[in-house]
Amino acid sequence: MAGKKAKQGQVMGFGEKTFNVFMVLLGILITFIALYPIYYVLISSFSKPFFVENGDVLLGIKEFTTASYEAVFKRDGLWMAYGNAIFYTVFGLIANMFFTTTMAYALSKKSLVGRKFFTLFVIFTMWFNAGIIPTYMNFNNLGLLNTRAAIIFGFAIETYNLIIMKSFFEQVPEALEEAAFIDGAGHFRVFWNIYLPLSKPALATVGLFYGISRWNGYFWTMQLLKDDDKIPLQVFLKKLIVERVANPSDAAIVTRDSLTSPTTQVYALIIMAILPMVVVFPFVQKYFKTGLTLGGVKG
Amino acid sequence: MKQKKPLFKRIFAAKELYLLLIPGLIWYLLFAYRPMTELRIAFYDYNVFQGIEGSTFVGFDNFIEFFTGRDFLRVLKNTLMISFWQLLICFPVPIALAICITEMRNKFISRMTQMSTLLTHFISVVVVCGIVINFLSPSTGVVNLVLEKLGVEPIYFMTKPEYFKGIYTLMTLWQNAGFDALVYIAAIMGIDPQLYEAATVDGAGKMKKIFHVTIPGITPTIVTMLILKLGGIIKVGYEAILLLYQPATYSAADVISTYSYRLAFENGNYGLSVAAGLFESVVAFIMVILANKFSKKISDSALW
Repeated sequence: MAGKKAKQGQVMGFGEKTFNVFMVLLGILITFIALYPIYYVLISSFSKPFFVENGDVLLGIKEFTTASYEAVFKRDGLWMAYGNAIFYTVFGLIANMFFTTTMAYALSKKSLVGRKFFTLFVIFTMWFNAGIIPTYMNFNNLGLLNTRAAIIFGFAIETYNLIIMKSFFEQVPEALEEAAFIDGAGHFRVFWNIYLPLSKPALATVGLFYGISRWNGYFWTMQLLKDDDKIPLQVFLKKLIVERVANPSDAAIVTRDSLTSPTTQVYALIIMAILPMVVVFPFVQKYFKTGLTLGGVKG
Repeated sequence: MKQKKPLFKRIFAAKELYLLLIPGLIWYLLFAYRPMTELRIAFYDYNVFQGIEGSTFVGFDNFIEFFTGRDFLRVLKNTLMISFWQLLICFPVPIALAICITEMRNKFISRMTQMSTLLTHFISVVVVCGIVINFLSPSTGVVNLVLEKLGVEPIYFMTKPEYFKGIYTLMTLWQNAGFDALVYIAAIMGIDPQLYEAATVDGAGKMKKIFHVTIPGITPTIVTMLILKLGGIIKVGYEAILLLYQPATYSAADVISTYSYRLAFENGNYGLSVAAGLFESVVAFIMVILANKFSKKISDSALW
């Protein structure tokens, strides 16, 4: 917040101007804090490790090289993990949208006998959940450990998103469907031909929330999947950038002429991981706000 | 009119709705309610290899062990302290950020600030923790490299318990402030512009308008969000902590959920682990119900 107290007065004079200049500087500062860590990772990933590890890469790239990326591209499992992440995101999202929209539509209709009960049945899981170990044991008992199905179907609904979808469906004017019912259409057709086409902003928002949590999720994929050929990118990254499992072929000592090092490779990996997010971000960020105006958490 | 029809007729008329309801209903039964039956592990001396049938029932022994054990106070204190810092720092900053973003007259700067703070929310927790760990590395991390240039000895941030809560708080702030500000930005946009005009006529300056129009205008939203946060005080997310902590920092970083996680997956003590987890879930449940009651009382609108 502004530290200076703006001058009071009827005229938009000096105080107002100072305030506006201050806000511009504040905006630049906040942007810098938000983006500099990402910028630092980017310039380090393209610099020679000697300069990075000397603290000389703070403002821009020093002695450009793509060697770290080349080394990362060759790491066993990277492309497999990338492919798996795409697989879980695409098929997981399809499952999310199917289970969420069908149930949200049914719960949004007053003619559903027992609607109150079913809504409470759903919302109760937001208030009380079984916890990590019982959830894990449940997957175990269902024989779903180390299966792709566990990831795709086991996380098909997030109650918060279901509520957003339901609130949106409730706002669709009933007059629209009445004509369809008179023409003899059932709920399937009304759902498919009227509600889904009308709900594009809500579908985009909920789809975005699900898509992000699919692409970014690591905990349950790490816990439930054991085979290296099934793990998605985030689990792979955890090994490389958090635990820093080193590449055996890497030289231990960084010299003036080294082209790449474990540190610069970690930075290259981070860029690889956030690139898809940064690319889609400008196109989808407006839907974040839509989600909030859809009635939020109110059931 | 419909209410007058007999029940079975109404149910029959809604048969397509039930068909649409069924996939979701099955999902909730299988993946949300079925795990709750596993909570009985808390009352057994659970043996992983023999399952619940081969384990002995021990009543409340696991709970007694948990509450009287030397770790209980430590994990409870860590949980509450991390929540406390979240409330103190990560709750007000997004409000201030929202006010700043809406007060910026320069549209480009305003948009740039909002986009850049929102972008960090798109980055996964693994990558954010990876950035933190690598930046704080004593030998190659940028923070220590800069400190070294200033003549400060390298600090082993990630192995020092006293730094953990600060690192965690700042990290979550960096990642979520922009996203958490969205709800307040929406609320500020909803304030009647006439109120600002009236304030201008009365001769109020910028700061006066912020304190006498903007903040009162978004107070209902602030109260709602605060109650939600208070309701979740016992639940601290385990995902980031599992990535950030290490044995050296357990003393400051271990919260109930991470403690429960380690008991099961590292020590194999499932009974005690589930008892700790159940304690957390029950307290969280009570807190949410209380928060909702409280919210109804002060604002006539329930959270749910």
